[in-house]
Amino acid sequence: MDKRAAFRSWWLPSLFALPQIILILLFFYWPAVAVLRWAFTLEPPFGGAAEFVGFANFKEVFADPLYWNSVGVSLAFALCGTLATIFIGLVLALAVDRQLPGSAPFRFLYILPYAIAGPAAGMAFRFILSPERGLMASVNAAFPDFWNPAKYGSHALILVIVVFAWKWAGYTFIFLLAGLQSVPRSLIEAAAMDGCGPIRRAVDIQIPLLAPTLFFLLVIMMTEGFVGADTYGIVARTTDGGPNHGTDVMVYRIVEEAFRGLNYSGASAQSLVLIGLIMIFTFIQFRFIERQVHYK
Amino acid sequence: MADIAIRAVRKSYGKNPTLHGIDLAFASGEFVVILGPSGCGKSTLLRMIAGLEEITSGEIAINGKVVNRLEPRERGCAMVFQNYALYPHMTVAGNIGYALKVAGVPKAERLRRIEETAKIVGLSDYLDRKPAALSGGQRQRVAMARAIIREPNVFLFDEPLSNLDAKLRVTMRAEIRKLHQRLSATSIFVTHDQVEAMTLADKLVVMNKGVVEQVGQPLDIYHRPASIFVASFIGSPAMNLFDAAVDVDNACLTFGGTKMVIDRALAVRLGARHITVGIRPEQCVVAPEGVSIKVDFIEELGSGRVIHSELNGHPFAATVDEHTRARPGDRVTLELPLAHLHLFDQETGRRIEIDLAPRAARNSASQQTLQAV
Repeated sequence: MDKRAAFRSWWLPSLFALPQIILILLFFYWPAVAVLRWAFTLEPPFGGAAEFVGFANFKEVFADPLYWNSVGVSLAFALCGTLATIFIGLVLALAVDRQLPGSAPFRFLYILPYAIAGPAAGMAFRFILSPERGLMASVNAAFPDFWNPAKYGSHALILVIVVFAWKWAGYTFIFLLAGLQSVPRSLIEAAAMDGCGPIRRAVDIQIPLLAPTLFFLLVIMMTEGFVGADTYGIVARTTDGGPNHGTDVMVYRIVEEAFRGLNYSGASAQSLVLIGLIMIFTFIQFRFIERQVHYK
Repeated sequence: MADIAIRAVRKSYGKNPTLHGIDLAFASGEFVVILGPSGCGKSTLLRMIAGLEEITSGEIAINGKVVNRLEPRERGCAMVFQNYALYPHMTVAGNIGYALKVAGVPKAERLRRIEETAKIVGLSDYLDRKPAALSGGQRQRVAMARAIIREPNVFLFDEPLSNLDAKLRVTMRAEIRKLHQRLSATSIFVTHDQVEAMTLADKLVVMNKGVVEQVGQPLDIYHRPASIFVASFIGSPAMNLFDAAVDVDNACLTFGGTKMVIDRALAVRLGARHITVGIRPEQCVVAPEGVSIKVDFIEELGSGRVIHSELNGHPFAATVDEHTRARPGDRVTLELPLAHLHLFDQETGRRIEIDLAPRAARNSASQQTLQAV
């Protein structure tokens, strides 16, 4: 069936499309082209003629040990954050999917954190997990420095991952619950008749059938962890990339260099590297992990 | 092998009662078919026996042991689901052997039993396939094999044949019957198809609207339906039911301008009232005298034909042999033998246990008892 709407003139459809086209040009293609240009030129911080420098920006970026530190931090953040969000979302979804009496309000409550902006959640957790006044303060009183994200990079990284997981678990929860609800109830009943308890059913029946959803979330959450707006917002409001670059994820570093350091060229080069990295990761995921996924 | 007792079992969803007190007892090794229209609660009852549905009140005992609080896995039942419920990500062998895997049976023994079971249902060549690569009948077999391998005390079948095409359904029906003879485990089979029910059952339970209408052997139920519902539900084409008045003074039943003479003593016992009279289409006989009906249309069955008509405002069907020629619009005279009439109380819908043609008279039923007015 041909459902195309027929327009007699060319200008009317163009007019309809124009707002969208302007938005895309203005906020997507123009910046993208600018980044591409800046990455290969030396862009003066306060305007003026740019000078073409070839790959010099990239050489400088790769020569910087702090850059490689931020790549490592980003990898750790994205991997741990992704696994934590998916695991928590999965456990919550499995629990809610059992539809035990009184479980309905939880379906709503578990989604709620997703509605909160990352930076706000970050601020809240700075207080909740503050070493002097927060939940861990009593532990710190007994074991000094058991938890101190202001002092140890590893603790700070755990802190931002916790915030990320807290916020995004609600998101994976929605998808996983929807996935679980599309698993025919009779399969679960058949497994119950075959002698499975709830955990065995989850591992043997539900999770394998959720594979497409899990794979989708893996790709989405990895991308979110690397370049998501929340990743920047959480780090900026919670740890400021510190202590000692311990939470200096790639997006944070890029924004800091560009808008505080006014090093547009270096930041642009880093952006291109980050995009390349995400493409490689997504390729690996599709190439090696998707093969294990059965869609039907 | 296990006997099953169902005592005063009720089920309600919230405030809606779906089962209103079911009492049934099944002997060990019996093949029980629960028959009823959709929504009558038959599947709910089966799922309560399986442990998939909570029992609101009453109790169910398997082998003398009350199972109300037991998990499905502790009840020793195996179930074949309507949509087969095969695990799509496992091979046929994986599906069949899953219960053993869960039970921790060692791999070698498991494989041996999978092979054995697959042979019983004729799936030996398909063990490595996924369910998606099987036909409907093969999936059905996998579902049965999955139940068989557990050597259960009780087999539960939840409308297992309703997704198959007509021909395959007949074949699978025969296979299920053979399987039962071989394993002789107590089997409970839920269906809405009365042909399936008649052919499979040792004991037939007819349910309607959450109550048991009648329990008995299929033929008994066919010959002596306990209520108007059972009479209309069992038999194909369905039993003709029409309204008749008992005339005690003249000792006859009157309906649609016809008088049917009955024994005076029986007429007195019935009393002057309106009753519902039933007769099966296959028991109507074309005769020189009797009830005259106008043919509306004819269904050809090959071995015979069904004349559809109307009597006293109710649809009326009669099965006649292939030599009876009739066209739409023709009039046909049918004899309705007294011995084959079923009488029902109009208020309760229950059968009136009066035999219009006592046994002695039955052989001479050809004696004319009908007269056209």
